[in-house]
Amino acid sequence: MLQYDLVVVGGGPAGMAAALQAHEDGVEKILVLERADTLGGILEQCIHTGFGLHYFGEELSGPEYAARFSDALYKTNIDVKVDTMVLDISAENVVTAVNNFDGILTVQAKAVVLAMGCRERPRGALSIAGSRPSGIMTAGTAQKYVNIDGYMPGKTVVILGSGDIGLIMARRMTLEGAKVKAVCELMPYSGGLTRNIVQCLEDFGIPLRLSCTVIQTHGKERLEGVTVANVDEHSQPIPGTEEYIPCDTLMLSVGLIPENELSKSAGVTLDPVTNGPVVDEYRETSKKGVFACGNVLQVHDLVDYVTEESKLAGAGAAKFIRNEKPAGGLVSTAGANGVRYVVPQRINRQTDRDVKLYFRVGKVMESVMLSVSCGDETLISRKKRKMAPGEMEYVTLKASDLAKLPEGAKLVVSTREA
Amino acid sequence: MNYDVAVVGAGVVGALIARELSRTDLRVALLEKCNDVAMGTTKANSAIVHGGFDAANGTLKAKLNVRGTELMPQLCGLLHVPYRNNGSLVLAFSDEEMQHVHALYERGLKNGVPKLSILDKDAVLALEPHVSGEVVGALLSETAGIVCPYELTIAATENAVTNGVEFFRNCAVTAIQKHADGFTLETTRGEISASYVVNAAGIHSDDIARMIGDDSISLVARKGEYYLLDKAYGYLADHTIFQCPNKMGKGVLVTPTVDGNLLIGPSALDVEDKEDVDTTAQGLQFVVEKAKRSVPDLNLRGAITSFAGMRAHSTTDDFIIGFSEKSDRFLNVAGIESPGLSAAPAIAKMVYGMVCEKTNAAERADFVPGREAPVRFRNMTKSEREALIAKNKAYGRVICRCETITEGEILDAIHAPAGARDVDGVKRRTRAGMGRCQGGFCGSKVVEILSRELHLPMNEVTKFGGDSKILFGKTK
Repeated sequence: MLQYDLVVVGGGPAGMAAALQAHEDGVEKILVLERADTLGGILEQCIHTGFGLHYFGEELSGPEYAARFSDALYKTNIDVKVDTMVLDISAENVVTAVNNFDGILTVQAKAVVLAMGCRERPRGALSIAGSRPSGIMTAGTAQKYVNIDGYMPGKTVVILGSGDIGLIMARRMTLEGAKVKAVCELMPYSGGLTRNIVQCLEDFGIPLRLSCTVIQTHGKERLEGVTVANVDEHSQPIPGTEEYIPCDTLMLSVGLIPENELSKSAGVTLDPVTNGPVVDEYRETSKKGVFACGNVLQVHDLVDYVTEESKLAGAGAAKFIRNEKPAGGLVSTAGANGVRYVVPQRINRQTDRDVKLYFRVGKVMESVMLSVSCGDETLISRKKRKMAPGEMEYVTLKASDLAKLPEGAKLVVSTREA
Repeated sequence: MNYDVAVVGAGVVGALIARELSRTDLRVALLEKCNDVAMGTTKANSAIVHGGFDAANGTLKAKLNVRGTELMPQLCGLLHVPYRNNGSLVLAFSDEEMQHVHALYERGLKNGVPKLSILDKDAVLALEPHVSGEVVGALLSETAGIVCPYELTIAATENAVTNGVEFFRNCAVTAIQKHADGFTLETTRGEISASYVVNAAGIHSDDIARMIGDDSISLVARKGEYYLLDKAYGYLADHTIFQCPNKMGKGVLVTPTVDGNLLIGPSALDVEDKEDVDTTAQGLQFVVEKAKRSVPDLNLRGAITSFAGMRAHSTTDDFIIGFSEKSDRFLNVAGIESPGLSAAPAIAKMVYGMVCEKTNAAERADFVPGREAPVRFRNMTKSEREALIAKNKAYGRVICRCETITEGEILDAIHAPAGARDVDGVKRRTRAGMGRCQGGFCGSKVVEILSRELHLPMNEVTKFGGDSKILFGKTK
């Protein structure tokens, strides 16, 4: 059995940043396991720009952003195994993986960082009625066909869901000569970033149809068309609003699900709202020495935030390995009044750094007061002009304020009308 | 091309008949109109091996169901097909339904079904804690089971081909000329001559019979819709849980599958178009509402896919198995609706007997009754996996992450006798793409592997044959 201080599961932006931070913080033996044939994760197929504005202060493509980290990583003594699939993480942090050069690999780790990312919600989860022809795929799958394989998965396209990947693919398909007939969004607002709606739809004259969904697919072998309909406030199709749109491709961008099957088998507790692990301020999960970061923890809009979060996990793993992680009484966090969740879910009161509380709201909110309170005491209160489910928000708590809280205290992030 | 027997249709019935006939010295052709076997009713049904108490006394359905259910475990063992003897329950929710359960019990005894018993409420809940508390009792059938119908068909075809049967895919029969000593079948792959024809064309068997002027078969296309739930919900049912049947079928069932998923369905709707396997919002809603009556904790958040299948319902309400009035060389095997899957092994034996009697065929000495167990990396121990990868590196490369399917298994599926030619064919043989992400990640890799192994351009690879291509040309 191999021995490592830290095993990082996943070599996307999260795993790379965590590994690099742990290395910088003095962890000596680090192994990154990646199932694809290169480091970089999903960034490799995101050839559009817009990455790195926050973290690097410049606009990069996905592969460029990833290369900043993979280049740095390959200059260190961090071990990397690509084309390697992790099969299991035991209760004792023994990681079992498989590839076609080592065969079955078992590694005893002092600490583990989970950075497996997320997957797209498939058609089956939506129960769209109709036939089962070819031509129905997630936007991410289509993106891989176009950007990595160099093939066109369709010529006339309807996109269901206005998540960022769907918006990006609307533009990408248009640039490749396809006709994108509409982007339909079930909710009355888009789930994507405002900048993507402007740059990917409006600039190309692609209609965004809000409160609208696909209710039926047509065509026996290849998709021939879809029926769309407007929906009411309960997301139910409104009779009489049905419209048939001929198309050969339906792309789905209807949500991302953190891939936590390994985390579950490792015994990590998951948050039912984020579908990611419950973590502390260093992104340590309920299982000692197991950390989580990136989209496996919570689905992010921007890779820049993934990097930030993953550096915390890497730093936390380094402290754990050296037995220097802050301890001494936890406080918990929760969302209320329109705030769907808060990450991290718990914080060590004696922590050695300021803590950002990341959260998302459940619907579009304008001119609201955002507050963080503990019992009757309001720690932070701030006016927000606009918040939307598609954009992750955060507030920062000072370590000195945290230290004053009683053990077991509950911090609540909530909104109220301004 | 001259054959002694042409079997039309490679569903579970046709494939098992072909395999049975491959015991003999007869030259057998198995003709399938689609790009793969198991593409009709066989791929979309409840995947149940019924006890045999449901069909009326004295019918072929009753007789062949009981016999088929008896044969199934050994057959699945020989062919290495997933089968589980999980038993079934017919739930009663009222005294009236309880009377029906008693009637089924009596009928089952007359049909010769072993190991039937009637349970009271407590006994039902002890067996199935997630069944509704409103249950008053149930019929337990201990011989009932579950099987993977397409894997059974794939395995039977593989085994038949190993034993010399010739398999023709994309071979739709368009006309049949009748001669004194046999037939010429006009197909989409040219003419095929055969001394005997076995018509196992499923929902199309009436059309095939009509090609020799036999219009005695009257089939109704009866659509059934299903939901398949994630393995995380498999715990909700251990037995196959039926409700009291009605005239359209056995009601909506809740059952585990051999892969550990949970299956609920079917609805029942008679339709005009035999190829209409579209799902409908109403049908799926019906399935969920009815299924929740049996198992209230069902939650659609666990749904990974929905699908519809077609039953070939005969207006005679029984299987039609016999030589046509128009020709004593043309054997109809039609109207094989539920319990058709359960009965299929017995149907194959019966047809074998009928054909052998006519042809005086001799048994071959070199018949291979089973197939080698396919590699299932996900079910192996660490040392088994190590040994496997040491032999062949391709088993060390995981392609489908949700179901842990390796490249080696996909190569096996493609290169097997009557192997996979399309993405769905790989999926049915290996489970690649059947998990939570439904091929989101592995789909493109499977296209790549098919393209490489079959020497097809990427944009010629299909989902399930025909025009179901996945990619158009290259990007700009």
